[in-house]
Amino acid sequence: MRNFLSDKIVEIQPSGIRKFFDIVSEMKDAISLGVGEPDFDTPWHIREEGIYSLEKGRTFYTSNAGLKELKEEICHYLSRRIDVEYDYRKDIIVTVGGSEAIDIALRAVINPGDEVLIPQPSYVSYLPCAVLADAVPVVIELKEENEFRLTKEQLLAHITPKTKVLILPFPNNPTGAIMEKKDLEEIAEVIIEKDILVISDEIYSELTYGVEHVSIASLPGMKERTILINGFSKAYAMTGWRLGYAAGPAAIIEQMIKIHQFAIMCAPTNSQYAAVEALRNGDKDIAVMREAYDQRRRYLVHALREMGLDCFEPFGAFYVFPSIKRFGLSSDEFATRLLNEEKVAIVPGTAFGDCGEGFLRISYAYSLEDLKRALGRLEHFVKRLEEEQK
Amino acid sequence: MREKILAVIEKNSRIDIKDLAILLGESEVAVANEIAEMEKEKIICGYHTLINWDNTGEEKVTALIEVKVTPQRGQGFDKIAERIYNFPEVNAVYLMSGGFDFTVIIEEKTMREVAQFVSDKLAPLDAILSTATHFVLKKYKDHGTVLVDTVREERMLVTP
Repeated sequence: MRNFLSDKIVEIQPSGIRKFFDIVSEMKDAISLGVGEPDFDTPWHIREEGIYSLEKGRTFYTSNAGLKELKEEICHYLSRRIDVEYDYRKDIIVTVGGSEAIDIALRAVINPGDEVLIPQPSYVSYLPCAVLADAVPVVIELKEENEFRLTKEQLLAHITPKTKVLILPFPNNPTGAIMEKKDLEEIAEVIIEKDILVISDEIYSELTYGVEHVSIASLPGMKERTILINGFSKAYAMTGWRLGYAAGPAAIIEQMIKIHQFAIMCAPTNSQYAAVEALRNGDKDIAVMREAYDQRRRYLVHALREMGLDCFEPFGAFYVFPSIKRFGLSSDEFATRLLNEEKVAIVPGTAFGDCGEGFLRISYAYSLEDLKRALGRLEHFVKRLEEEQK
Repeated sequence: MREKILAVIEKNSRIDIKDLAILLGESEVAVANEIAEMEKEKIICGYHTLINWDNTGEEKVTALIEVKVTPQRGQGFDKIAERIYNFPEVNAVYLMSGGFDFTVIIEEKTMREVAQFVSDKLAPLDAILSTATHFVLKKYKDHGTVLVDTVREERMLVTP
């Protein structure tokens, strides 16, 4: 029989997290700090709206780009939160999670051989999606000494005449890094001068602590060269509803809608009705969850530093990214031993790019009690490693 | 800082002062002082335990009693409220808007004891015009805590 597989797909490595997941799921009574989704349930009024939409028999397709009411609410939201005005009729597409938006944004703009700049460590899908779109991915390795922010110098050093797109993943999974306005202004200057398009993944935009999130789309001259991606998973604890969106130049959104219409048809109708309720009446829920994350963030950073795991203070998302370099183990070895010896699952930094070597991603989307239990085991493990080193 | 302390300890009054200080990014001394201050000012009125008696062998009956009264000249409702809340059997007394004046909540071992309290102690009070006693059949949620469901972890252990 012939080999039916696509060479391009076979070449793509499965997510490093997947491999880890397979080990963890075999293990009984493992506890985890490895989850990339909120521990909160979707607020009840949003779930209620989802239930109501089913009761009302809203079980049909919506238009390809999404429900009109939802697109309008998204525009209101973006106007009040990041101060950028979009036209709901042509600048918005509702997608199946932020993940779909990343995929179709890349496919809508890439010609074979175009280079896409991908800062790492970052979410696992950018690089494979770029490859699927026939782009040449160019990784920018973010540095701990810059608190994993993207600097102008790093950006400039990776731009070539073939560079077309920069992916800007802030607030960042896995590092918790953010980009403040001054950081973005430096980037924007280069972007405009070199005529590059930005795909700004702002899925964690509501989860910043002590610093307001700024979107690069709000800077002068940037709206027309930014595809902004956001969604409901993180802000409203709606991961399983699979709903996100992209906002950007109408000409690009139009092409994205084409891909979406042939591959997906439309995002889940039920989720879209729930999302309308989230945007209309969900600001309070976000504030409550943000405060809870912020408290755990302080607790986790404090606890890690106490046990001698260096980490910079992250101001976004719900991850801390401590360094384990002093133990002389690779991230993978550390995480595997931690799992085997203490039954705690933590994702090695290398799952988010090679430059994540020497780091771990620890999630604080857990109750304080869960965090304490897991941190107790982690501390035990760290002490053992220190003993071994003597 | 007060608001944040209260938000945390309203849900978990047993939290360590040390942990609380870390959560709020404040010093331990500052948090301890603030709590002591709030205790003095009667902002914090106690640290009680929420018990689901249904899960013990113990029988408990909770009743909500709607009470209509004639307010007393010069003292309004407060004097009557005082005569009611001083009974140790009474858990809570609220002055209400609407069709009656007080909600009185009492907890006893049997319905008979509740009935006795109402007929022997509450109803005969001078200012009281009428009472209507409602027994609680099942408590689903109390003090913001759901009593019937058990919490389960639905998330996968590792996700991107």
